[in-house]
Amino acid sequence: MAISVSMTVNGKAVSAPVEERTLLVHYLRDHLGLTGTHVGCDTSQCGACVVHVDGKSVKSCTVLAVQAQGAPVTTIEGLAKDGKLHPMQEAFRENHGLQCGFCTPGMVMSALDLVKNNPSPSESEIRHHLEGNICRCTGYHNIVKSIAAGAKAMGGR
Amino acid sequence: MYSFAYHKPTSVKDAAGAFAKGSEARYLAGGHTLLPSMRLRLSHPSDLVDLAGVAELKGIKVDGGTVTIGAMTPHGEVASNAAVAKAIPALAKLAGGIGDPQVRNRGTIGGSLANSDPAADYPAAVLGLGATIKTNKREIKADDYFKGLFETALEDGELITSVSFPVPEKAGYAKFANPASRYAIVGVFVAKTKGGVRVAVTGAGPCAFRQAAMEKALSGGFTADAVANVKHAASGLNSDLHASAEYRAHLVTVMAKRAVAAAS
Ligand SMILES: Cc1cc2nc3c(=O)[nH]c(=O)nc-3n(C[C@H](O)[C@H](O)[C@H](O)COP(=O)(O)OP(=O)(O)OC[C@H]3O[C@@H](n4cnc5c(N)ncnc54)[C@H](O)[C@@H]3O)c2cc1C
Ligand code: FES
Ligand code: FES
Repeated sequence: MAISVSMTVNGKAVSAPVEERTLLVHYLRDHLGLTGTHVGCDTSQCGACVVHVDGKSVKSCTVLAVQAQGAPVTTIEGLAKDGKLHPMQEAFRENHGLQCGFCTPGMVMSALDLVKNNPSPSESEIRHHLEGNICRCTGYHNIVKSIAAGAKAMGGR
Repeated sequence: MYSFAYHKPTSVKDAAGAFAKGSEARYLAGGHTLLPSMRLRLSHPSDLVDLAGVAELKGIKVDGGTVTIGAMTPHGEVASNAAVAKAIPALAKLAGGIGDPQVRNRGTIGGSLANSDPAADYPAAVLGLGATIKTNKREIKADDYFKGLFETALEDGELITSVSFPVPEKAGYAKFANPASRYAIVGVFVAKTKGGVRVAVTGAGPCAFRQAAMEKALSGGFTADAVANVKHAASGLNSDLHASAEYRAHLVTVMAKRAVAAAS
């Protein structure tokens, strides 16, 4: 059976008839064409799919689209403004915080959730916060550096 | 994932009603155990009864000597709640060590206890503090709640509404975490309470259990040294690719020592 699911994605009201079992990540990718959010695993562990729902970071592969009914959702596509990268995205670019880029949208969305509650995170706080994000390429060092630089650019110390 | 019918009631009564009407209904809390198992088609409910719209299941209350946590409260809220951190610091710390930040933003205490994964963290605190589990039908003492592998005292359709933790004099929790998921390979919760010392172990057996010899040893003096020589037998413990039963038995003593040392 199809059910109409509406939410506000990156500031725009959207609505699509989907099956109850549709995951939020598939709603975003297949129904809205927002393919920046990735699927990297089957076990809810990799964090490639992290988006914000109601201002909190969640793994969109482990949330049903209907569970986000009526909620504000932010994806990686919602960060850049007027053709200009968000400071956290810019920091990843500047600090070589990505290689293949597969994990990057999830890393950036997770990082922004950290910085919201902790504007000047220490290196160990950043590493702890990334427990749910896996990267196959970088060895994390430059990701941690990027997040520290991004936090600073956003106004932290 | 197989298809199912979706319901979003706004009261405990309507949730239980919707559950009763489904042939193989399940409650949906944070979904961080249920949805992964449905995705793998290991679980096939006919109906999902989403508890997210039931306001009475949310929230944290600290009064007198009790911390009461609504079933739908996510781990992250327990971890960052200042009143919990003040009343039972070990409980806030335990909640802050579950999974990762995204798991803590969704997963709930009610879901964790209803599921009773042998490696879950909350069962250690519930048993270690002698908490009371409140449902839509009754109150269940922690000592009567955990029955076996993924088996609890809950009846079919019985809904956890909240959990009440008596504030102890002192408590501590230490876990040896699986490096990928952070589930407990072994976790030990120790508490010095008005009624005596309680020691609860998770991760090691089919479900959380109390360790009587350690409780006795700590009653004579609540120090890490008191448990340092109390051994736990390997027989009956879990053995899997993460750790053998013998290794888990060894970790019970090590984690108990660390938990006592960390207690506050
Ligand atoms: C990557 C990952 C890492 C994790 N790491 C840890 C960890 O380190 N430690 C740990 O303890 N857990 C861990 N978890 C599990 C996590 O804490 C789950 O959120 C929790 O076990 C289940 O809670 P939930 O709210 O998600 O429940 P759901 O998945 O929604 O439900 C689980 C079960 O409980 C039932 N249920 C839910 N709420 C109620 C209720 N109020 N009354 C009756 N029945 C109910 C459901 O019907 C279902 O059968 C991890 C999960 C993931 C995905
Ligand atoms: S795709 Fe969501 S955690 Fe891996
Ligand atoms: S940059 Fe390739 S997975 Fe992280």
